[in-house]
Amino acid sequence: MSVSTEPSTSEPERTTRATDDDKADDTGRSRAVAGPGRGRALLLNLLSVLLGIAAWWGLAAAGFQLPTPPEVAEQAWTLARDGTLADATLASLLRVLAGFALGTAVAIPVGFLMGWYTVARNLVEPWIQFFRTIPPLAILPLAIVLLGIDETPKIFVIFLAAFLTCVISTFQGVVSVDRTLINAARVLGAGDAEIFARVVVPASTPFILVGMRVGLGSSWATLVAAELIAAQKGLGKLMQDAQLYYDLPTIFVGLIAIGVLGLLMDRLLLLAEARLTGWQERR
Amino acid sequence: MTTTTSTRPQTGTAKISVREVTKEFDLGKETFTALDRVSLDVADNEFVTVVGPSGCGKSTLMNILAGLEEPTSGEALVDGATVTGPGPERGVIFQQYALFPWLTVRKNVEFGLRTAKMSKGERREKADHFIEMVGLTQFADALPKMLSGGMRQRCAIARAYAVDPSILLMDEPFGALDALTRVNLQDQLLETWSREKRTVVFITHDVDEAVYLANRVVVMAARPGRIYDVVDVDLPYPRTEEFRLSHEFAELRNRVWNSVYHQTGPDAERTGD
Repeated sequence: MSVSTEPSTSEPERTTRATDDDKADDTGRSRAVAGPGRGRALLLNLLSVLLGIAAWWGLAAAGFQLPTPPEVAEQAWTLARDGTLADATLASLLRVLAGFALGTAVAIPVGFLMGWYTVARNLVEPWIQFFRTIPPLAILPLAIVLLGIDETPKIFVIFLAAFLTCVISTFQGVVSVDRTLINAARVLGAGDAEIFARVVVPASTPFILVGMRVGLGSSWATLVAAELIAAQKGLGKLMQDAQLYYDLPTIFVGLIAIGVLGLLMDRLLLLAEARLTGWQERR
Repeated sequence: MTTTTSTRPQTGTAKISVREVTKEFDLGKETFTALDRVSLDVADNEFVTVVGPSGCGKSTLMNILAGLEEPTSGEALVDGATVTGPGPERGVIFQQYALFPWLTVRKNVEFGLRTAKMSKGERREKADHFIEMVGLTQFADALPKMLSGGMRQRCAIARAYAVDPSILLMDEPFGALDALTRVNLQDQLLETWSREKRTVVFITHDVDEAVYLANRVVVMAARPGRIYDVVDVDLPYPRTEEFRLSHEFAELRNRVWNSVYHQTGPDAERTGD
């Protein structure tokens, strides 16, 4: 459900959002960084990254057992050319996306049901509270025994990780819908189904998106750990193999790939959030 | 009603009729009587304001009329039929504006029209008419977060008017606004009301506002919530600044003020029944 509403994040949308912010600036309500400040912020970000790489290089040169940035870059190039990196990345990405999509697709309706019907809440809540205290990774041994060693157990644990975070925030969103808005819809003639579709769903979207972002983070974390334990391919497996051969550059390539992919996915969701919940008043 | 000075609304022809309505809230150990056998008739196209100290049950009365709450005993009738829930013939304007923040001004105004399954073109035309009525044409595509408090309430008024209710129930609609904006909106509301007549029940805690707007001011008292006094304002519309500064206005205002702020206790009141 949520996944299908994720907008394509194209350039024009980005610019629309920016002008929205400018308008809000005039009324003094905006939290957005103004034009020149933004450029400076980006410059500082870049400077910080460069300094970090320089420090890393310095440490490597000073005799620590670290590969230098050029070594890592070279290894990345090699892995990219022979297709290893693309294969591993694709395998990991597909697992995360499948688990995450399934998790949110189940979490959102369940969260709505819990928020809307007390009976559903009381039936589902103990299970969610229980499974929430178990790290999804701890389910992996059981999942492997029951579901086999192929993709299914890995996708299942990622599903759990995404589901548990998203279901709770969806539920929170529904419960905290402003009573006055529901009353306003009722006095305008809306029935229960209409109130749900036209008030509860949009009003809880911000909560759902926050849940999705957190869920994506924990999916990604769970995935890599799952791949370290049991996988035929994927970024985690790549690093696991590299460890056996003391291949530090490859481990670095894997880490950087994981970080960059996580960041990219988070940015995508952030864009979706800006577009879908730009109506919110922020203090 | 104790010191009823009005005989205007005839029972049977009343647009709104509140009959012996009692509302109690269960507070666990004890019950709180928000309304105690309240009876009130409002005539068609009448503008009634309800004023009283906090806790006198004025908002509860409005929620019962809106169909958002049920009375413990007694009943509220609209056009002779018992109120059992909200209905499109009763528009409600809330103090907190209650605009849908994810919808533009126009979409907010169209909300009730979409509920009524009106066609897109018709919806748009109607919405634009009422947006113009409240002077928000320029902001039709703006989101509520871009609007000031006064503009938000004007949008809420347009939204209530759009579904064409014969009754407007307003719960301290200008209570959260600054004094200047409030006076402006009062004038605009009267202007709108004189052009598009509706039966209005307007809750407020502001005595000046109550007298300035109304055909009739209902004064309520607290613990238990009840009608304490009803004051007729037999002065013609349109009302302007001149009226606000007039001797008659001052006299009525003093009378209502005394009713609100120098209420005698319920026991003393009962002996007068």
